[in-house]
Amino acid sequence: MTDSVALIDYGSGNLRSAAKALERAVTDSGMDARIIVTNDPDVVRRATRIVLPGVGAFADCKAGLDAVPGMVEALTERVIGQGVPFLGICVGMQLMAKAGVEHGVHPGLAWLDATVEALTPADPRLKIPHMGWNELIVKAPSHPVLAGIGPGTHTYFVHSYAMKLADPTLVLAACDYAGEFPAIVGRDNLVGMQFHPEKSQAAGLSIIGNFLRWLP
Amino acid sequence: MLKARIIPCLDVKDGRVVKGVNFVDLIDAGDPVEQARLYDAAGADELTFLDITASSDNRETIFDVVRRTAEQVFMPLTVGGGVRTVEDIRKLLLAGADKVSINTAAVHRPEFVQEGAQKFGAQCIVVAIDAKEVERGPDGEQRWEVFTHGGRNRTGIDAVRWAQRMADYGAGEILLTSMDRDGTKQGFNLELTRAVADAVTIPVIASGGVGHLDHLVDGVVKGHASAVLAASIFHFGTYTIAQAKEHMAKAGIPIRL
Repeated sequence: MTDSVALIDYGSGNLRSAAKALERAVTDSGMDARIIVTNDPDVVRRATRIVLPGVGAFADCKAGLDAVPGMVEALTERVIGQGVPFLGICVGMQLMAKAGVEHGVHPGLAWLDATVEALTPADPRLKIPHMGWNELIVKAPSHPVLAGIGPGTHTYFVHSYAMKLADPTLVLAACDYAGEFPAIVGRDNLVGMQFHPEKSQAAGLSIIGNFLRWLP
Repeated sequence: MLKARIIPCLDVKDGRVVKGVNFVDLIDAGDPVEQARLYDAAGADELTFLDITASSDNRETIFDVVRRTAEQVFMPLTVGGGVRTVEDIRKLLLAGADKVSINTAAVHRPEFVQEGAQKFGAQCIVVAIDAKEVERGPDGEQRWEVFTHGGRNRTGIDAVRWAQRMADYGAGEILLTSMDRDGTKQGFNLELTRAVADAVTIPVIASGGVGHLDHLVDGVVKGHASAVLAASIFHFGTYTIAQAKEHMAKAGIPIRL
């Protein structure tokens, strides 16, 4: 059966980069999958995988998602109700939290018992945003999304906020910026990445490929 | 640990590269997409296109270049040159750029940076500052001023204070070019770079004057830059990205090899 991967278009950022990277990952691994960029809840209801991208501020992204009629309901139904594999990228990952603390407290999708808080490196000389290539500290090497991703793999980050989880065992990989924060989180059919796999060259494409093959 | 970044910059005019890469295996040396692909394969950490197209009729060509690049290159791409409106930013991001670099338009109307950061997020707004050393202040302090139009027009704005204001307005990064050093191959203006980098909490990219690999090391170690941008040393094949990275790593700088 052909996989249909819904990439959610809710007015946020670098949608084209994400779509092209997903397409390349499909081609590279010889999979049978279609990437559909969509803002249609009915397409989401038929999708066999769902990717939620996101750049910018938490509240703006949540407002953008809320502004697409029926989208939050369709996502929740398909992802939480029916267990379709879900990938959240950057703010798309952060939106899985209960709340974001960025310019005030804003509710998220509340799929994970987590909040999103400002990065506060202990060393004040460290720049914010945390921008550039940093290493993954793999915590769950047996998770299928991390297949072939060895310690010290670099991925591209650009963010000023990070997720704080009530259950630290959900952190599949961390990253260190004067203190560890979650780089990849996962539970059941959910996976979220703070970095941008679509901008992380070969390592990113291989992580995306892992997600596309993943059968949780 | 976060790594220092090496960013090659390509000047693009009417959809073609002006200063080209000296690689032999290029099918079309003037095609920015071909060169972007090579830099991607060579392990560059990011890529910057500077659109120097003069005529507004040919502005659309950059969108096509960005679209084609985004299909083949999976690394962060910054596009600068002629970014004047929120609509310009939106079109570049939709074409596949990850960040846009704003220069003259920020000097003309600083609020533009605020609007861009609010709408698209600080992470995609790079403010480019062209600075030149000017006469010392009354206290004998070194001073740099913001210039526009390739260093011809003096603005009266202090470069360090301008960088701080742009950071306050939501810029995610500063691309700092020393107009005194640009094209001289004598190295970055390290005093300027350090003064700006130490004055803001956002990352600073050092630019202008690289002629030797030690200059890249100095930019990070002495200039406190988070990233170094260079054009001609890579384009003319003087050094490869790999050589630059090895050299910086040997000097003790955290680098993604």
